[in-house]
Amino acid sequence: MTEAKKYSLFLGCVMPNRFPNLEKSIRVVMPMLGVELEDIEGASCCPAPGVVRSFDEPTWLALAVRNLALAEMSGNDVITGCNGCYGTFKEALSEIHDHPEKLKEVRKVFDGMDITFNAEVDAKHIIEVISNLGADRIKEMVTHPLEGIRVAVHYGCHLLKPSKNRPWKKTQNHTFLDELVEATGAESIRYKDKSLCCGAGGGVRGGNVAISVDIAKEKLDNMLAAEADCVLNVCSFCHLQYELSQPELNKEIGEEKYQIPVIYYTQLLGLALGLDPGELGLDKHVVNTQSLLNKIFG
Amino acid sequence: MANPISGEKIGSEDIDPQFTERIIEAGADRIRTCIQCGTCSSVCPSGRRTAFRTRELMRKAILGLKDEVLASPDLWLCATCYTCLERCPREIKVTDAIIIMRNMAVDEGFMLPQHRKASQKLLSTGHAVPIDEYNREIRKSLGLDELPPTTHSKKKALKDVQKIMKKTGFKTLIDGQSEGGV
Repeated sequence: MTEAKKYSLFLGCVMPNRFPNLEKSIRVVMPMLGVELEDIEGASCCPAPGVVRSFDEPTWLALAVRNLALAEMSGNDVITGCNGCYGTFKEALSEIHDHPEKLKEVRKVFDGMDITFNAEVDAKHIIEVISNLGADRIKEMVTHPLEGIRVAVHYGCHLLKPSKNRPWKKTQNHTFLDELVEATGAESIRYKDKSLCCGAGGGVRGGNVAISVDIAKEKLDNMLAAEADCVLNVCSFCHLQYELSQPELNKEIGEEKYQIPVIYYTQLLGLALGLDPGELGLDKHVVNTQSLLNKIFG
Repeated sequence: MANPISGEKIGSEDIDPQFTERIIEAGADRIRTCIQCGTCSSVCPSGRRTAFRTRELMRKAILGLKDEVLASPDLWLCATCYTCLERCPREIKVTDAIIIMRNMAVDEGFMLPQHRKASQKLLSTGHAVPIDEYNREIRKSLGLDELPPTTHSKKKALKDVQKIMKKTGFKTLIDGQSEGGV
């Protein structure tokens, strides 16, 4: 479909059911950017590219197409704020475009349900839509620049890869999110292994939590070494990983070493647009955000 | 001098030539071009801290060591970050191959209990991570609807989703086997 200003908001699981504060920040900030959001009534799990796709690809594809179809029937493209959901939709769309026989199978599964699907819908990530507005446009809108704030940007994996099926200009060493962070007046800092995975995906967080948290620890140690004021993400599952891993690690070592506030992009932007931290759900975090807010509000 | 290298040999009974074919047919079409360079292992975040070696997994897949691969817990250490797929000089869809082999493993009954549990939640609620009491309250305090506009608040939608999972055989896959993991 076209570059519409109205999208069907796909929430997924983790955002509405574990971090509704992120959902709130998206619902508040996106309209301020001129992007209208419409709910998808009756959407399900995307479904998860880790567990569900690993278990049974045809089920994964059928449920993904159903979610896409709900948006298509309302005439909008999908917008999502989770890299996992984004990955599922981008891969599902490429599967049905490249293999029409798979779409046929999915249609058979839908038999007897009120689901029509013409495979015309597209799926976008929230940060893709913001990035298309442009960092310059964001900069113009900022009323409360976040000067002096050191931000450790975490892109996440499925936002960028597989790069053959992603809209970004480059295949690695991306800068679009850093530019959007710097548009708020904050500084995107350099840190070791910035492009490394958070460790949550692929069913690893679910099935092998110690290994998953150890991957997050490596990234958090690198952010601490770079004196980050916060970690900035655009994915509800990366967000969950950084929020939950820090208290888990603190418990393990018996000290409060890991206390880096975990901030979602629309929360950071909301602050720069002059919104109240409470309105952005910044008082509803697992890792307390006060250190960051103190630095911003002095 | 005695050979210090293990004398372990692969017997022909361990090899299933159809295994590699099935992986290729399911989409990892260039897997046989693997030159065992090890780029996949060198960029793997799980491989940095565990004995999981993507290169070894690819070699075993090409050799047709089906039973060894499908029963291995290592298969579930991939975080699907896609870095190996991006960097493979032979453009092998490494991550896709792993997902294909996971599908085969689950078909044979190898699944981690935690993954089965998440799948059961998907079957009963439409969400792999469903709402809880705590987050109902948080939603309300943020001025959001207590339940999101998903299968959580639309019964007919949940029924459709469950019907789909029954038709694709997902329900049987999850319910139909005894408890227990890899």
